[in-house]
Amino acid sequence: MKSMYKITLQLQRCARDITNMSQQAVNGISHRGRVLTLDSMNPNVKRVEYAVRGPIVQRAVQIEKELKEGVKKPFTEVIKANIGDAHAMGQKPITFFRQVLALCSYPALLEDSKFPEDAKKRAQRILEACGGHSIGAYSTSQGIECIRQDVARYIEKRDGGIPSNPDNIYLSTGASDAIVTILKLLVCGEGRDRTGVMISIPQYPLYSAALADLGAVQINYYLDEDNCWSLNITELRRALNAAREHCNPRVLCIINPGNPTGQVQSRQCIEDVIRFAKEEHLFLMADEVYQDNVYAEGCQFHSFKKVLFEMGPEYSNTVEMASFHSTSKCYMGECGFRGGYMEVINLDPEVKAQLIKLVSVRLCPPVPGQALLDLVVNPPQPDEPSYATFMKERTAVLSTLAEKARLTEQIFNTVPGITCNPVQGAMYTFPGITLPQKAIDKAKELGLVPDMFYCMRLLEEDGICLVPGSGFGQREGTYHFRMTILPPTDKLKVVLQKIREFHLRFTQEFS
Amino acid sequence: KDSAHLPHTSVGLNKVKRVTVICVLQDINSNMWNMKQLAYGALARRANQIKAELRQGVRKPYKEVIDVFRGDLHGAGMKPLTFVRQVLAACVYPPLINSNNLPLDVRQRAQKELGRCVGGSVGSYSAAAGIPEIVHSISEFIKRRDGGIPSHPENIYISPGSQWSISNILNVLVNREASPRTGVLIPVPCHNKTVLSITQLGAVTVPYYLSEEQAWALQVEELQRALESAKGVCSPVALYVINPEIQQVFIPVIRFAWEKRLFLLVDELYQDCVYGENCEFVSYKRTLSEMGPPFSGTVELASFHSVSKGFLGECGLRAGYVELVNLDPAVMKHIHTIFSKDSCAPVLGQIALDLMTDPPKPGDPSYPLYKQIEHIRAVLVHNVKRVHEVINSLPGFSCPPFEGGLFAFPRLNLTPKAVQKAKELGLQPDTFYCTRLLEEGGVFTSPGWEYGQKEGTYHIRFCIAAPQDIMEELLRRLSSFHMTFMKDFS
Repeated sequence: MKSMYKITLQLQRCARDITNMSQQAVNGISHRGRVLTLDSMNPNVKRVEYAVRGPIVQRAVQIEKELKEGVKKPFTEVIKANIGDAHAMGQKPITFFRQVLALCSYPALLEDSKFPEDAKKRAQRILEACGGHSIGAYSTSQGIECIRQDVARYIEKRDGGIPSNPDNIYLSTGASDAIVTILKLLVCGEGRDRTGVMISIPQYPLYSAALADLGAVQINYYLDEDNCWSLNITELRRALNAAREHCNPRVLCIINPGNPTGQVQSRQCIEDVIRFAKEEHLFLMADEVYQDNVYAEGCQFHSFKKVLFEMGPEYSNTVEMASFHSTSKCYMGECGFRGGYMEVINLDPEVKAQLIKLVSVRLCPPVPGQALLDLVVNPPQPDEPSYATFMKERTAVLSTLAEKARLTEQIFNTVPGITCNPVQGAMYTFPGITLPQKAIDKAKELGLVPDMFYCMRLLEEDGICLVPGSGFGQREGTYHFRMTILPPTDKLKVVLQKIREFHLRFTQEFS
Repeated sequence: KDSAHLPHTSVGLNKVKRVTVICVLQDINSNMWNMKQLAYGALARRANQIKAELRQGVRKPYKEVIDVFRGDLHGAGMKPLTFVRQVLAACVYPPLINSNNLPLDVRQRAQKELGRCVGGSVGSYSAAAGIPEIVHSISEFIKRRDGGIPSHPENIYISPGSQWSISNILNVLVNREASPRTGVLIPVPCHNKTVLSITQLGAVTVPYYLSEEQAWALQVEELQRALESAKGVCSPVALYVINPEIQQVFIPVIRFAWEKRLFLLVDELYQDCVYGENCEFVSYKRTLSEMGPPFSGTVELASFHSVSKGFLGECGLRAGYVELVNLDPAVMKHIHTIFSKDSCAPVLGQIALDLMTDPPKPGDPSYPLYKQIEHIRAVLVHNVKRVHEVINSLPGFSCPPFEGGLFAFPRLNLTPKAVQKAKELGLQPDTFYCTRLLEEGGVFTSPGWEYGQKEGTYHIRFCIAAPQDIMEELLRRLSSFHMTFMKDFS
């Protein structure tokens, strides 16, 4: 029986052949270029950009290295206000969640009296649903069944009793994974029939990246900066009609609460969007990952599904929709767990069968993320021991965010040349900046987009990393940046102050 | 392709007929139709049903379902490694770092891992390619494994499981607009997820048959035949190989890839699963490097590994990596962007990867317990032997000796009667066998059809990484079922 790795034998056998081949190569006969080059690679991939982790962040990382090596700079640390990562900025995880997840990771801890009973109960239930009672076993591709059932119950409770079917719930590796999956499913057609996908400008650049990657047609509809980034149906209609000339518009994406703009859509607006989607035969994608991050007085989160069903069967039986949620934002901020789900509504059963195929390719979503999601939708109840601490922590996180949202709007609006809409929700501010013509010219000289030039200077001079508005999309001739409101309050105050000073300096320099 | 002609009506949530549905079968990405409809869904649903029935006390000829469908060690009853789980728990809930109930090296390691996480929390995003210190750890691991051949951290990307990075690399290789379409050579049998990925991207799979008579050896002449068959059908750009699990002929394969201008995609997930006497895992990268110029500097190679297989068996954590060799730096920039839009791999999974590539050493308090892996290896070696013995003792069942990987892929010699019955039920013959085995024997295996096999041959696949007693029970049930089945259809 031949043993598997008789390399020596093979080498001897092939040595002569190799010598011959090398000889040929030396003679310049078979010079072999690369298979994978800029010319041969998937052209769509070349069009993909993702500003949140783009060039400015790469420069920020470089600067951090330099600081570590002792290079002197006008600042001692880089403040990364570019990415919606709460824990990175010092937000603490929810104790109960981490206790249950620790118990799931190392079940011997179930014997440890230091863990509360309600945490142990949750852990046991989750482990029982796992293969071999381990979070290390694969789950089904759609996600652990009892967790999907819990998600469905959560949705029903949130939406005032409107039924949710666990079969319509697909757990995912963060909401991004589910968003890309639906787009993969829907994008088809060639030339003028190529699927067009409507997305707000400004938008979270996962959408533009995914659309570029899939070769879909991106249809931009502009949010109204002068009216708190609100959404206008007339604008939707304009964008759609223009797009019909060159593609087949089939999908409408909406992020509520908004990223980067933070607006929380009114119930009326959501109804109007649903009506529009029905009239124009558009598949609705409702990105609702910030649903707990609502701060402004008079603002309230309305789920698309709830509104859809309250509009009656004419809508709730026909509009095809997917809603997305995640464990990365809200009060949990557990980005590193990659937990999320989507709920699909009115999807054709045969299309659902294809969707299952698609999600099976990556086997299953991370089981710790699924477990975390289960806790998010099934948190401590008033009669449980961990309830008091849980509520305290949750309230503290959300109220701190609300306070920082107000503070940010307030301070930015004292700076001449910066206009900041109220941060109604989510985790970001997207203020408009007025740039002197000389600065714009200088940027052009350097081959940079003006707001990238501005942000790069801020990074080099103050060690603050923001993302230029051009990374999210904005009206021609306007400039913005996106800053997260996640740094701890004291640090945030310093950051706001520094940006104010920088802006005045910058404006002065290029006046 | 499934029939694309459906009336434009469908049944919605409230069972009311509706008109002008936006999205029916012909409105979606047509590559979906080409993706094989696997039996897995139906079998898994039935397995879950049976498990539920057993929980409710329904009487069956067995007390529990033996789940060996996937390469899932924990699912089959193997235990996670204590050290790994202790460190993960302490990372998840840092107050445990001060607990005397955990060994000192566990607590120190957890502290070290948390120190590498932004904000000291496993809940924050990491860099797109993975936590830099862990990526570095992986490069050191690869270097050690390959006898000192350097591995560069900037060529390594961590992703949520290896299929994710396989998909990403395929995505860069496959030009959707190309005519003829991009082709990828794949072995038969092959992991079906990779095949699905290729189809989903709109590329064409070009099968090359592994030789069952030679214990599933890869033969270069067969690669040549496969390539020929692609003429006029598609334009092959890549060759996907699995190492180990089957006999490999590394050098001729690399030469073939060099000559025929193919990108080498090397699945090396099972590198820890090598059992034969005096068998040592050798990576394709090592062989490539030792071949020297012109090959070593030009053949583009992507090697994939993960925490899912091997001794950790942490499939559910979803962490794998790809090492890219000899790629164009300009292309690498775009690969970086592709990975960055996915955010990052789950941090717990990344930490598990670090523990796998940098485990406890002799002298560490956890080292004796970590040697659990020796026991796991012994169980696997024993199981491999037993499976071979038992299967080959049964009529109509044969299994070549295998020295690597996590699966047995024995051949079923089904009678025409059995094949006929399967046809009547609208099932592939081996799917029919697996369905009956699940119902009557309580053993959840998968049909060879899912992975590809020569026309007219039938196989089943099952994971051999189960505790010894479970494996014995499996073999007992399988033997009993098989004899009955063969008798019923004689």
